[in-house]
Parts: sequence; C-alpha cells; structure tokens
Amino acid sequence: MLSSGGRGRLARRDFLGGLVLGAGGLVAQAAEPLAARMPDSMKTLGGADLPYGQPSHHEQRVQRQVSSAAGFAVWRTPLQNQRGIITPSGLHFAVHHNGLPEMAPEQHVLMVHGMVRKPLRFDLERLLRYPMVSRVHFLECAGNSAANALSPTALDQTLGEIAGEVSCSEWTGVPLSYLLHEAGLQEGAQWVVAEGADGGSHSRSLPLQALLKDAMVALYQNGERLRPSQGYPMRLFMPGWEGNVNVKWLHRLEVTDAPAYTKDESGLYTQVLADGRIERFAFHMDVKSVITHPSGQQTMPEPRGFFEIAGLAWSGHGRIARVDVSVDGGRSWLPAQLHGPALDRAFTRFTLPWKWSGHKTVLMSRATDEHGRTQPLRSEWKRRYAMHSFNHYNAVQAWRVQADGRVENVYA
Amino acid sequence: MREAAAKLLRSVCGGLVLASGALHAQTEPIAVIGLGQALEAAQIERHAITIFPDGRNLPSGQGSAGQGARLYQAQCAACHGPRGIEGPAARLAGSDGFIGWSDPLRPLRVRKYPLQVLSVGALWPYATTLFDYVRRAMPHHAPKSLTDDEVYAITAHLLHLNGLVGADAVMDRTSLPKVVMPGLARTVSAWPPGP
Repeated sequence: MLSSGGRGRLARRDFLGGLVLGAGGLVAQAAEPLAARMPDSMKTLGGADLPYGQPSHHEQRVQRQVSSAAGFAVWRTPLQNQRGIITPSGLHFAVHHNGLPEMAPEQHVLMVHGMVRKPLRFDLERLLRYPMVSRVHFLECAGNSAANALSPTALDQTLGEIAGEVSCSEWTGVPLSYLLHEAGLQEGAQWVVAEGADGGSHSRSLPLQALLKDAMVALYQNGERLRPSQGYPMRLFMPGWEGNVNVKWLHRLEVTDAPAYTKDESGLYTQVLADGRIERFAFHMDVKSVITHPSGQQTMPEPRGFFEIAGLAWSGHGRIARVDVSVDGGRSWLPAQLHGPALDRAFTRFTLPWKWSGHKTVLMSRATDEHGRTQPLRSEWKRRYAMHSFNHYNAVQAWRVQADGRVENVYA
Repeated sequence: MREAAAKLLRSVCGGLVLASGALHAQTEPIAVIGLGQALEAAQIERHAITIFPDGRNLPSGQGSAGQGARLYQAQCAACHGPRGIEGPAARLAGSDGFIGWSDPLRPLRVRKYPLQVLSVGALWPYATTLFDYVRRAMPHHAPKSLTDDEVYAITAHLLHLNGLVGADAVMDRTSLPKVVMPGLARTVSAWPPGP
C-alpha cells in the first residue's frame, strides 16, 4: 500500500494515514494469522546449533570417495562440488599407505639430527611457540589422474574420481629453516631425510637448499589444527611439490650428504621415460587445470542455453597467468576470466560464460603459469613417458557433452 | 586530585615510552629462537633406522636366501603372491610394464591392480632399500615385527627371486651394498631441475 503511491518520498501525513489504513485492513483479515501464508522455517522456532558446525544434511552426498585399487586407501576430493579456492579440510584428499595412526600429541617429538652441530628435539608445546607463517597452497599427489594416463580408453568417472587427488588449503606453521639453523648445519650437508611416525615410518629424501627456502612444519590447516588425515599434530609442507614428500606425522629429520633412496623414491614415485630410463626426484607438480562445472557424469540442466563453465587451475612452479577454454573440442580457444587473487602455487578459479547450442561437443581447459609453462595434450604427454607411466600427469582434461546433456570423460 | 591524576598519567606515559623502547629492542630479527632441547645420543640411536645406499647404518646380523624363502611364504606371500609377481600388493620380481613373458597373466593382473606395472626388482636402484623398507614397514599388518636376521633373510630371498644372487646367498652389512640392481643403470635424476 505504501509503495503504490508511486512517489519517491512520502509525506508524513500520507505515511501515518497509510499506517492507520493498514491496521484497519489487518483487522478485517484477523481470521488468518501470518503463519498461514509463510513457509515452515518462518513460523517455527529453530533448532539448536552444534559446538562444531557441520555442512547441511542436504549436502551429505558431498564426500570424499575412497578407492583401494592401488592396494592402499586413496581418498579423493569431490572437486566437482568445489567452487572457490579453499578445499574444506574434511574434504582434503589423502593417500594412506599404512593407515591412519593414532597420535598422542603430548608425547610427539620432532627430532633433528645427522649433519648438524647440535641434535635437537622439539616437543609440540615448544614448536607452537615459534614464529609461524601462513600460506595458501595446493597439494597434489604425484599419481593424480593416473587412470587417464594408464587406461587405454577414457573411463566414465566423476572429476573427483579422475583427478581428486588435489586440494588447496591455508597452511600455517614454522619455517623449517628456523629449526635447521638452530641445530646448525655442518659443512657438506645436502639432503634431509624426513620420516613420519606412522606404521610404515614413511620417509623421503629432500634437497636441503630447497627446504631452507620453502619448507614449513605445518601445524594448522584452514585456521584449525591439522586433521588426523593430514598428519596431526605436524607435517612437512613443501609448496608445489608432489604430495608424497609432504611427510605426515613428521617426527624425524636426518640431515645427510646424499639421498637415502627410500622405497618411494625407488619405485612408486618415479617415472619411466619413453626410452626406458627411470626419472627420480621430480618433485614439482606441473601446471594443470580442470573444468569442474560441467564435469564427468553431470548432466546439463537444460537442453540448450546459458551455462557458466567454471574450473580450477594450479601450478607447482608459481602463479597461474591464464586459462584458455575450448568449447569446440580444441579448434578454437577463449581466454577464461581468472578470479583473484591468483596466488603462488595455489588453486585459481576460472569461469567462462557459455551458450550451449544443445549439440554434442567437447569442452577443454588449458592453463599457463607465470613462467609460460602450459599443459600438453594427452598425446604429447604420452610421448614423453613409457606406456605404463602414470605419475605427474598434467595433460588437458576434456569432457564430452552429449546431445542429451550427459557429460563424460574423453581423451583429446 | 587533578595533580595526582597528572602525576599518574606522567608515570604511565613514561612507562609506555620505556615499554615501547624495550619492545623495539626485542623485535630485531632473531637468528635463532632457541627453544629446541638437546637430543640425546640414545634417542638418535633408537630412532635412526634409515639405511643408505653405501650400507651406512646397516645393523649386524645375517640371513640366507633359503631361510628367507621359508619366511617369505609365512610372512609375505599372502599379499605379494607365492612368486612375488601375483599381487595384489606390490610386484617384487621381474620386469616393469604391461607385458611380461615370464608371467602370461600380467595383463589380467594389471587390469585388476594397475600398480602391478611396477616391479621392485626392475626399478629399485639399491638393494639396501629392500632391507630398509622391509625392516621399517613390513609385514603390512605388523610392521617392525621382524628381527634383523629375518630381514636380511627375506632381502636375500627377494634378490634371489630376481636372479640377482644365488640360491645359497647370505646377506649381511658387507654383502648387501655390493649387490648391483638393474634399476641403477636406468636411473636419471630430475633434481636439480634444468634451466
């Protein structure tokens, strides 16, 4: 009634008059309270909240998917449900070669020894008093997208099942350089063997200079203490490097003059090249991107029309500079919009508005980082490695959109 | 009253100036935080289990391939298969890749367990890693439950399965680092990265 006058500003007399009239109208309709025409949530006292908040129960299907085809548990992030650069901590991917250990934080100690002047131990209480840094970084398993590398035909799977061994978090912890310098590095120290306190005492050899520059002992993830699945109470974190070197449940750092050639740097986390040579210590995860919307096993909402293509891009070498998207199977490419901030070695979100004609087509994304590194096509990637290699797969991901709107994994 | 307040204010301000001066002095870059505590030699000895390719840190003790064959059937075969090639756990013997003439069922195994394309015997560059890993992580359901002699014996058996040592071979801290693994000649390092 008040807005029906069509004037920008109501005179006080009109306003008061309107109120009086309004009250009269309400009296006339007294038989029907407001509740009669409102949805349930607006006429019921709400329930109690939880001490630790949970996603809506309507979102229960958004979960990590576990697979044991590799002989150990691999929990993959449902990237097809993620919009934004931070992966919720409970959805962060995890690969457990020896299960999830039960840790006693008050007994946990980080030992630093080997080629140091003063071998040191840091219990959790003391480590938490060190100066900390916070960094937003992705973490990707070397074997992410292995099925696309290995399988002769493209498997019809969701994006999470295909490429969900990558996630992005804010990590907060103590720069490893503080601890190594406090212990005092000896002449000739070149490598550090990092070991976890899990059943398999997982261990990896890492080059010392790179650790001094970039590594942290991560204690917090997205503002809270690390999840057990991410190495509670502490893990090694090396931005942009393959997940396996980011040793969870970190308890020992042995400074040495040479790598130990531990189990994972001997076989599982190496790559056989096309000529049969075995490549070791390829730490960086290369530039990569995936379209998350639409993606494998999703269905287009309408037979044709507007759809915002959305996705995530990242590079272990630096910032994402651009992402190009093709909506015609690679014949032409359009620059996608990057949603800032495009952080160093972190997820960067990209979108492209698209008007689908309703015909069958293939969607692809190709990311380029600030150093000009860009994604190969699958055929180009396969030429570099032996037929049975699967680590460090970063080829362009393609999705076929069928005429009936169904989206499926395809090799481009 | 007013004088007392002014006096109080002066002393508070003076305190503030002093405090901020002290704060400034304390925010100079600190090279060493110094909260780490001395790690005793006994602690290092208890936990430093890493074995290096030159044999550094190998313990005393020994085991033969024959002893290892019996231990393998009891401790390892259920997951790795009687000959170390059947899986489902990691392939311990023979070549890497999809096809293996000594194992006609390889394509089927790989289809079911894709990581059977890898092979410890073909890819690993140093025999010392066999000892290191079996001792720290195996058997999968009861890691670190084997004695050093048993680990030497299983290591000898795995090397024999790969034709790298004889059926009567004995492994110890002297003989193990001398075994030459075929993965070494194929090795190329991606670190440090090229330009």
